[in-house]
Amino acid sequence: MADHAKDPTAQDEHQLADTPPRHPLPATHDHHDPSFWRKYIFSTDHKVIGIQYALTSLLFLFFGFCLVMVMRWQLAFPGEALPLIGSFFGESRMPGGVMLPEFYNQLGAMHGTIMVFLGIVPLAVGAFGNYVVPLQIGAPDMAFPKLNMASYWVYFLGGVVMLSSFFVPAGAAKAGWTSYPPLANIETMGQTMWLLGMVFLITSSLLGAVNFLTTIIQLRADGLSFMRLPFFVWAQFVTSFLLLLAFPPLEVAAIFQLMDRLADTSFFMPSGLVISGEALDVSGGGSPLLWQHLFWFLAHPEVYVLILPAMGIVAEIIANNTRKPLWGYRAVVYSTIFLGFMSFIVWAHHMFITGMGTSISTFFQITTMIISVPSVVILSALFLSLWGGSIRFTTPMLFALAFLPMFGIGGLTGLPLGLAPTDIPLHDTYYVIGHFHYVVAPGTIMALFAGIYYWFPKITGRKMNDRLGRVHFWGSLIFMNGIFFPMFIQGLAGVSRRLYDGGSIYELAAPVLHYNEFMSMCAWLLAIAQIPFFINFIMSIKKGEKVSDNVWEATTLEWAAAPSPPVAHGNFETIPRVYRGPYEYSVPDHDTDFLPQNQP
Amino acid sequence: MDIPYTVSVRPDTGVYNAKLGIWLFIASEVMLFGGLFSAYVFLRTGAPVWPGMMGGEMYVRASDILSVPMATLNTMVLIASSVTMVMAWASLMMDDFGKFRRYMSLTILLSFVFLIVKGFEYNAKFSHGLYPSESTFLAIYFTLTGLHAIHVIGGIIVNSYLLGPGSKLWKTKPKQFTNRIEIAGLYWHFVDLVWIFLFPTIYLL
Repeated sequence: MADHAKDPTAQDEHQLADTPPRHPLPATHDHHDPSFWRKYIFSTDHKVIGIQYALTSLLFLFFGFCLVMVMRWQLAFPGEALPLIGSFFGESRMPGGVMLPEFYNQLGAMHGTIMVFLGIVPLAVGAFGNYVVPLQIGAPDMAFPKLNMASYWVYFLGGVVMLSSFFVPAGAAKAGWTSYPPLANIETMGQTMWLLGMVFLITSSLLGAVNFLTTIIQLRADGLSFMRLPFFVWAQFVTSFLLLLAFPPLEVAAIFQLMDRLADTSFFMPSGLVISGEALDVSGGGSPLLWQHLFWFLAHPEVYVLILPAMGIVAEIIANNTRKPLWGYRAVVYSTIFLGFMSFIVWAHHMFITGMGTSISTFFQITTMIISVPSVVILSALFLSLWGGSIRFTTPMLFALAFLPMFGIGGLTGLPLGLAPTDIPLHDTYYVIGHFHYVVAPGTIMALFAGIYYWFPKITGRKMNDRLGRVHFWGSLIFMNGIFFPMFIQGLAGVSRRLYDGGSIYELAAPVLHYNEFMSMCAWLLAIAQIPFFINFIMSIKKGEKVSDNVWEATTLEWAAAPSPPVAHGNFETIPRVYRGPYEYSVPDHDTDFLPQNQP
Repeated sequence: MDIPYTVSVRPDTGVYNAKLGIWLFIASEVMLFGGLFSAYVFLRTGAPVWPGMMGGEMYVRASDILSVPMATLNTMVLIASSVTMVMAWASLMMDDFGKFRRYMSLTILLSFVFLIVKGFEYNAKFSHGLYPSESTFLAIYFTLTGLHAIHVIGGIIVNSYLLGPGSKLWKTKPKQFTNRIEIAGLYWHFVDLVWIFLFPTIYLL
């Protein structure tokens, strides 16, 4: 494969295509490097932007995790002073180290917002999508490099606004990550900051979605038809459609809520609203349900934005490490497209207890049951791919394998929530929290870790340490389950979410409250389990084992983009030609057990 | 390495990158205004009387409180600006840069006329104490038309850039410049189209 790239005629073509250079091309043998700022901060190279996204979103993930670790103290030991660090939070948040309810609510709302909108989506789409998609489709860059840079910086600004909301009077948003009115409408200034931050984040993902879709449709290499795309690219493709079409209604909702808060309109304020015994001075006539419809119209597709890129990563790693083609590639692709369409008509299954009517509930129960079918097809195909494979238990493969049962638990526990009769008693309990955390934490986050271990050699030219990787893997897997599994038990017992004292004032919660201490211990141990990852990540950049350009003996095009990392602004010496599907592993009558897509 | 299909058309998809990009952007905008119109329907079906009580008086028709003649004038102005926008692009296709400048100036002028008329309408409401906080009808009226006006302003900024400093590209890369006008045109027609839906929905129905 490397021989092919150094074909002499190909070299000539490359030089012809390169003239005249618009920027000083930072090729490997070129000494006219752009300045530090252009190269690392305001770069238009998709690989640099991908790394910017990755580092920023990893920091936000860690920050969001810190918020919940503080919350877990209050849940495990309600009303007790937080030792050592409690006094750092100040008298307005934790007087004497004891958490105030208002601060608890800030932590809860911001944990959800930061994890979803500033952590996982930017990591799954912004980072992995940016770095890997152009390489996998054999493109020199994204279709609109400047837009790509803008989308990162708008995301960054959104993050700054969200973080700074902790420091405005009365602190950050306290109405939960769903920001339901009328509560959110009468909230303090932090809620306005939250809305402004969301407008930035929505704009960023809009720019990103347009860019990804155009790139995938327009910049595929010769011979790379849609049915030859690696599944990861398909997953990003459908995800981008969801971002493009689902986010605008949330923008509408955010604008309405801003109007309600700043211009005293009543979009979400019903007539005759009384708060603390006083009638509210608004014109009324609005509807809190309107917010829920607009919010969930985004937030249900958002679930698939969280999970599809993870499935894409897992599919790549499983095909590569089982040394056989992905089972049922076409079925998986069609299921993904169908899933994308269906995700737009299931949103009101989050709203069964709002009293919107049984006939509407019936419709959304049916669509919800239908959408579980393609999810099961994808997961089954990934499981069946393991059948008869000679599995290589590499570090990324361990994480990818763990994804399957963990996402399975998350998905299956969602079924009772999709049917009104079973949802009504479970609604707003810890069962719901357990369900979506299983999908997103041991599900998506495990897959994202898998992706980091898998593509790290492409990004740095070095492999991450396997021993530390294994410690990180087992620690993460065990402690994540330790946190989230008891939530199902608590939820089934009827413990409500968003309780400042963890439910200790409710008698019915008493038999299951002892789990809180165990879950909190697991949360803090999970943080400790991330230390090997942190060390591994930092050390491997400079000291990791140097590996070949195609260390995993993979077939997809990103591994043909040699050296590692691929050259800035261009990726390939010559744009490769594609001759076959993405997962031609163990083809009979060949010397090697893999046939790269670009090998004639 | 240059990015392919920035100017020329990719044979199997039949478009250049930016044209696909603007269509995707418009799809997203359709969802934005789709959400706004849905909210309008939702609020209106939930209201006992529409538009309802405003400034102590009961209204049963939107045309009693909003100025239909002014909005009709504005509809004409926007449609005319769409026509001049197409003419600006067509002039470039026929290699006539001078004509392009005239048509583009006219488009921008008409956009300003639209905003000025809109400003008079808003002012008439404000001077009677009719603010968005007065009723749900006025809230959605100001939000919808306000967001549309922001889109008009966005169009003015893009078109002014293309008429002014952006037009230098014509000398070096005429094809790419013509593409840019086409794309700005697609956006502008969309803004026009939104108004054509907005006008009957809010003023007449």
